[in-house]
Amino acid sequence: MRQRSLIAITAALAAGALTLTACGSRDDDGGSDSGNGGGGTTVVIGVDAPLTGDLSALGLGIKNSADLAAKTANKEKTVDGITFKVEALDDQGQPSVGQQNASSFVANKDVLGVVGPLNSSVGESMQKVFDTAKLVEVSPANTGPSLTQGPDWRNKKVRQYKSYFRTATTDAIQGPFAAQYVYNDAKKKKVFVIDDKKTYGAGLAATFTEEFKKLGGQVVGTEHINPDTKDFSSVATKVKNSGADVVYYGGEYPQAGPLSKQIKEAGAKIPLVGGDGIKDDTFIKLAGPASTGDLATSVGAPVEELPSAKKFVADYKAGGYKEDYAAYGGYSYDSAWAIIEAVKKVVGDNDGKLPDDARAKVTEAMQNVSFDGVTGKVSFDEFGDATNKQLTVYSVENGAFNDVKSGTYTG
Amino acid sequence: MNELPQQLVNGLLLGSMYGLVAIGYTMVYGIVQLINFAHGEIFMTGAFGALTVYMYILPDGTSMLIALPLMLIGAVIVSTTVAVGAERFAYRPLRGAPRLAPLITAIGLSLALQQAVWAWYPDAKSARPFPQIDGGPFHIGDVTIQTGDIFLLIAAPVSMALLGYFVMRTRTGRGMQATAQDPDTAKLMGVNTDRIIVVAFALGAVFAAVGGVAYGLKYGQIEFKMGFILGLKAFTAAVLGGIGNIYGAMIGGVVLGVAETLATAYIADIPGLDKFGSQSWADVWAFILLILVLLFRPQGLLGERVADRA
Repeated sequence: MRQRSLIAITAALAAGALTLTACGSRDDDGGSDSGNGGGGTTVVIGVDAPLTGDLSALGLGIKNSADLAAKTANKEKTVDGITFKVEALDDQGQPSVGQQNASSFVANKDVLGVVGPLNSSVGESMQKVFDTAKLVEVSPANTGPSLTQGPDWRNKKVRQYKSYFRTATTDAIQGPFAAQYVYNDAKKKKVFVIDDKKTYGAGLAATFTEEFKKLGGQVVGTEHINPDTKDFSSVATKVKNSGADVVYYGGEYPQAGPLSKQIKEAGAKIPLVGGDGIKDDTFIKLAGPASTGDLATSVGAPVEELPSAKKFVADYKAGGYKEDYAAYGGYSYDSAWAIIEAVKKVVGDNDGKLPDDARAKVTEAMQNVSFDGVTGKVSFDEFGDATNKQLTVYSVENGAFNDVKSGTYTG
Repeated sequence: MNELPQQLVNGLLLGSMYGLVAIGYTMVYGIVQLINFAHGEIFMTGAFGALTVYMYILPDGTSMLIALPLMLIGAVIVSTTVAVGAERFAYRPLRGAPRLAPLITAIGLSLALQQAVWAWYPDAKSARPFPQIDGGPFHIGDVTIQTGDIFLLIAAPVSMALLGYFVMRTRTGRGMQATAQDPDTAKLMGVNTDRIIVVAFALGAVFAAVGGVAYGLKYGQIEFKMGFILGLKAFTAAVLGGIGNIYGAMIGGVVLGVAETLATAYIADIPGLDKFGSQSWADVWAFILLILVLLFRPQGLLGERVADRA
């Protein structure tokens, strides 16, 4: 009998351990030395992104780019008397960790704005914490429409939180944009839709499916994968037997890479199409040579080709960052810069000093921020969404993402 | 086209991997009644051992034909060292302690090993690509088998047969059986039980190392947390097959793997269940199967010996 109860306890512990993996906090204070510029008051720009784990390639790009914005502002003395400093926390892509980080930022009185997070699901868990504290949050990468426009965004748009802004385009535009490209330009008519059940992935897959059907395409199968595993062989076999000529995946590259590889191995030589979550070189590394021809949409025009981005790319190189700026570098720089602009406005209105209710004032000022950033004109609409709604389709050729077509979805 | 043969092969492959890892759980449990939760991490360190041999010891461009045996040796050395070290320094001091103490130690060790690899192995903060065997897939009728899977298909039954021979025929193996039946009496009969326990840990680690290499070859990438979920699944497989029974571990693994795959493939086709058929539900169905098996056979599929002793 003792044996039996031991197994019961063990099982309970195992279940507990499963849940707990989501909580392990591995704070990375990452306090960067942002140079000595303005002197006087120090304003901290918080960065929340996955700095370790699967999504760290994107997260570190966000952190470095925000850091570059702070350093640039210090060097150019953009705001007199204010030194900007970046403090980064690691959310590991987990909503629960993100919420803890949000509380830490709120508790730090020097934090006047936060750049991040990467994941829409993490964004959901942070919004309320920031809004209660009137602390402004600018995400360079959240694309879930409900974050700004409410859960019923298809019918009735309602601004959710006054303190939440983003420089990235929403999935309400990204999914349909991908559907139009796949149907009209790539001439694929039968799609197999897969998602990872997360806020971002499921939302993207839903908006894609809706538009694809509207265009006359056929959905020959749907599947939801378990992001904890790497074995998608049974899903791949289903895809092969479905007769689909294209796969759409709503999710991120740690799963998309192996998924693409295993689908091709199963014998279905069809392209996998995804959103900005798969547009990272790691995807190609994980998927191997079979990924040639796979497509990804991403927010904005390709950073490398914008004239406004030349300086950013050069400065980033000169900054000596170890990691690439990745998919959201330009947006992260612009997000941080928007905070800097808002702080500048607030300080300017208050005789060159920070007011006592600086957080609320910065949040207010953010609504009217407008400047020419890395990714083009940066400003926000009445929901906190970026007014810049450009998107680009990229295709994998010779082991790299090459841009194929830029444009915007007009309904 | 009939999808069943391919799905069965998919499940068999996944299950063989569970089985290889499950053997470590079941052997250690059979002898010291300890559920070694760090075993998933021993599997993970094995995979990293193999990667180390390939990336940092062998010259660039070594053919996989030559590299693979050396990688296996590297994997076995690393994981055995970790497992034997864990036994010596984490579990042996707690030999006489209440059951929960070593169990908690095992969970702590599991986290410590994960974090150690995360912190100190170069570039291990996200997934690292694992070398692949060249050559196209093989087709047998409707079934496609990848080159990387061939290793698993051969390694799992071969190592199973070797283990069976070892436990049944060799002196040490019989010593293991004796210790499993009654450690005190075995000691009185002149069996060096301390040594036997070390051997059990080491053997489990060897199987985990083979599993780790197979994982890398099959999925093309390894990461610091790959052992956690797989370890839990393997533990489940060991319970399903009857914990303490080495053949049960392999059979439990295969049953679990096939159940997961078939649930993904076919549950959605049952009218009314289309919402519960996707891969994200496969674990649910696999655990329902586990509960059903344990309801009717609490000792697991092949687990008679445990019931005798309890």
